[in-house]
Amino acid sequence: MLLYLCKRLVLAVTISVTAVTLLFLMIHAVPGDIASILLGPRATPEMKAQLYQQMGLDKPLVVQLATFFGGLLHGDLGFDVFSQRPVADIVLEQLPYTLELILASILWAAAIAIPLGCYSAVRRNSAMDHIVGVMAVSTIAIPSFVMAVYALLIFAVSLRWLPAIGAGEGFADELIHLLLPSFAVGVGWVGYIARLLRASMLETLGENHIRTVRAFGVSEWRVITRYALPLAILPTVTILGVGIAWLLSAAVFVEVVFARPGIGALIVQAVNSRNYPIVMGTVLVTTFLIVIATTVSDLVNAALDPRIREEL
Amino acid sequence: MTSDTARSQTSAPPLLEIRGLNLDFGSPRGRIHALRNVSLDVRATQVMGVVGESGSGKSTLAYTVMGLLAENAEITGGSIAFDGHDLRKVSPAARRKLLGDRLSMIFQDPMTALNPVLTIESQMIAIQHHQGGSPGEKRTRAIDMLKRVGIPDSQSRIGAYPHQFSGGMRQRICIAMALLVKPALLIADEPTTALDATLEVQIIHLLKELQQEIGFSVLFVSHHLGAVAEFCDRVAVMYAGEVVEQGAVREIFHNPAHPYTRALLACDPGRIRERTRSLPTITGEVPSLLGSRQGCIFRDRCPHAFSRCVEENPVEYHLRTTQVARCHLLDHSQVISA
Amino acid sequence: MQPLIRAFGKNSDMASVEFIPAQVRKEPGAARTFLRQLGKNRLGTLGAVLVLILLSSAVFAPLIITHDATRIMVGPRLADPSSEFWLGTDQLGRDTFSRMIMGGRIPLLVAFASLGSSLVVGLALGLIAGFGPRWLDNLLLFLFDTIRSFPGIIFALAVIALLGPSMSSVILVIAITSMPIYARVVRTQTQALRNSEFVAAERSMGAGTTRILVFHMLPNVIGPLLILVSMDVPAVIAVEAGLSFLGMGVRPPTPDWGAILNEGYSNIQQSAWLVIAGGIPIVMATLGFTFLGEALRDIFDPKLRKYL
Repeated sequence: MLLYLCKRLVLAVTISVTAVTLLFLMIHAVPGDIASILLGPRATPEMKAQLYQQMGLDKPLVVQLATFFGGLLHGDLGFDVFSQRPVADIVLEQLPYTLELILASILWAAAIAIPLGCYSAVRRNSAMDHIVGVMAVSTIAIPSFVMAVYALLIFAVSLRWLPAIGAGEGFADELIHLLLPSFAVGVGWVGYIARLLRASMLETLGENHIRTVRAFGVSEWRVITRYALPLAILPTVTILGVGIAWLLSAAVFVEVVFARPGIGALIVQAVNSRNYPIVMGTVLVTTFLIVIATTVSDLVNAALDPRIREEL
Repeated sequence: MTSDTARSQTSAPPLLEIRGLNLDFGSPRGRIHALRNVSLDVRATQVMGVVGESGSGKSTLAYTVMGLLAENAEITGGSIAFDGHDLRKVSPAARRKLLGDRLSMIFQDPMTALNPVLTIESQMIAIQHHQGGSPGEKRTRAIDMLKRVGIPDSQSRIGAYPHQFSGGMRQRICIAMALLVKPALLIADEPTTALDATLEVQIIHLLKELQQEIGFSVLFVSHHLGAVAEFCDRVAVMYAGEVVEQGAVREIFHNPAHPYTRALLACDPGRIRERTRSLPTITGEVPSLLGSRQGCIFRDRCPHAFSRCVEENPVEYHLRTTQVARCHLLDHSQVISA
Repeated sequence: MQPLIRAFGKNSDMASVEFIPAQVRKEPGAARTFLRQLGKNRLGTLGAVLVLILLSSAVFAPLIITHDATRIMVGPRLADPSSEFWLGTDQLGRDTFSRMIMGGRIPLLVAFASLGSSLVVGLALGLIAGFGPRWLDNLLLFLFDTIRSFPGIIFALAVIALLGPSMSSVILVIAITSMPIYARVVRTQTQALRNSEFVAAERSMGAGTTRILVFHMLPNVIGPLLILVSMDVPAVIAVEAGLSFLGMGVRPPTPDWGAILNEGYSNIQQSAWLVIAGGIPIVMATLGFTFLGEALRDIFDPKLRKYL
């Protein structure tokens, strides 16, 4: 268990360090003068010099890297010269919005996909199974931002059932504002999870222990929900952890479409204004988030499966 | 125990009565006739053995009684009566009422027969769903039964997961589960095949003890003649989907009438008396069960086959008190024809 | 040669996700067999039709369009469809239909350019990793895994922040992020073959590494690799359109589906036509290529299903 967590930590650190180093190298490889890009063509040499100094760009690359990693150890992700605030503050401020969006979309996906996947497996080759199969492939293929724009067009603009933009204020209002964006993110996963669950459910239903409980006259409903699902769900939980990267990508678009605050909106804004410290901070935080998510999914898996629990 | 003579004359209907059972499996190459004209009885508190090579249909017979066959299986004829129920016509719901109550089963592979993510406790409580009582009472019963099948420290071990037990222990747990519901008939499908020899003996002894103590009936499917000889009262010998000979264990093992039974007994290493470096085998292969066929099923491998074996399906010939065999060779002199 | 590879595939490390048994088919009449099998697969046929429509409309776009796709006209803005403007006009008065038709060229171009270069690089790196020394293999594996562990879009945005938004940035980003999978497949396959008997036999007859790579490795890995590539096309189209949607792909006034969708999104309260003109082709393209890709995989390499 401890060994496992250590391994994970090492992995997280290695990947983050590699990511940051790559980005640093790329910033320096960029043709042209960063200060003029940031400040615009009318910037005076003094302003540029000041900016360089503030961003630490006047020092050699190795020193810059060392300073950055040194700061990282204290939870310091650098300083944003535009807003005059620490990058860590800005990123962490936006993080909860993205996390709640991702969680809500996982709930959406699970709520729709688990029953569909089970049904498809139990009624294999039925008409409904084929429909679910086609739907699964389709929802995986259609990009999340197209889904988001159409959801916005239909439910917010035409039908006016749900609010179009923002994150809302107060718990109930926030929930309502979350419905449509999280659906747009989650629907892409419905097909994926349903397909995965169908396959693992079929496999599980063919296993001997299912035959054992059937031999005791346990009803089909209980066989599926109580005995097969706890096993069949395990690959899905693993995928959920790995898939956080995918969800984050989808969240970027959906946050922009629904004008929600969040990590995605932040990085798009930062890229548009060429605000490198923020870009760097976001990449770092999201990379870390992904490693944490895979760790959490491993732990959840361990909680669900006693065999894995002993291996950790 | 009553004598064989007394038992065969009992007027009460047997607990399980299979008559002329035919079963096909649909396959891409055609219909496989996995069971053909199978008839056998299991009487109350009696142990019925079913022996045969792999692929002889003995496990299929066990699954047919339980109603746990694959989707491509279809019963095409005959009847299965159990305890006053027609198991061919019974609804799925009514069958579920019987399973895990009057009927229970232990399986071949104890390593995979238990759910890996649930504790033994929760599985043993859950399968008592037909029985009354609070979860606490069910737990107590489970612990008692585990003790009886020889799980040491069952009070605390009941909270463990299947993978924390060895194969032999898991089969004991499976037996405990199957007996926990107080079945009238226990179906055991090769319960010792996946275990090594010493464990096999232990499990057979355990089953025998419990059977004599509790007094349930058993349909014991096995390819191990020694286990059958030790545990069973009666035995049915199956070959390629047919019961070729059946009767009291003593009679069959001492005076096998069917050439196949004789060959099978000759191949049992436990019964070979002379020193030899090569084990005897039955030459030839089990015939394909695809399509329809006429004549004796064993004729291709039978050393005594003659013209009648090709033309005519042998009927059941009654020999001695309990012994019945399907072979044309028995159709003269001492035999009373059916 | 074929059975040998198959048998070898069984013995090698099947736990590896990317190991794919090779299958190369070059029998005469293969094309006809393929078409018949595709015809039996209804979704595959639908996908093939959609892809054909999109490809031909992109190739013949200049002949199809009714107006200059980039010319700003004095006519009505955000107009509804009419006989003059089949899908209405955008916020600058440009003909939406013409922009939609022309807009398909960029995504397809990006898909071919990025996946093509990614395929070549992935193939090369995979062969090097599989056939080269151990340390190089480990180094490359680490590189592949690092790239794969980044959240795709966020990595893409970071690179675009540095290079500036342009079509070449988009191609570069997609090529980098999709390369590791191909490289890994090639590497695993190469390693399996490297130790096989027929390669040893070639070696003993004095064949050089290059000869072995070109004549033995390449034919065995190219089949599964092409299927993987074809299955990545919809994702690439989605990423390209997404980046354009965020204003980080091609520069205006070049017509592009993602950009049209973004214009429609900005004017969503006034007119739904731009959103439809931008979104429907994206949906058609991603679905078409997905259906076709899955059909190709099922026909040519049913085993691949397990590994994805």
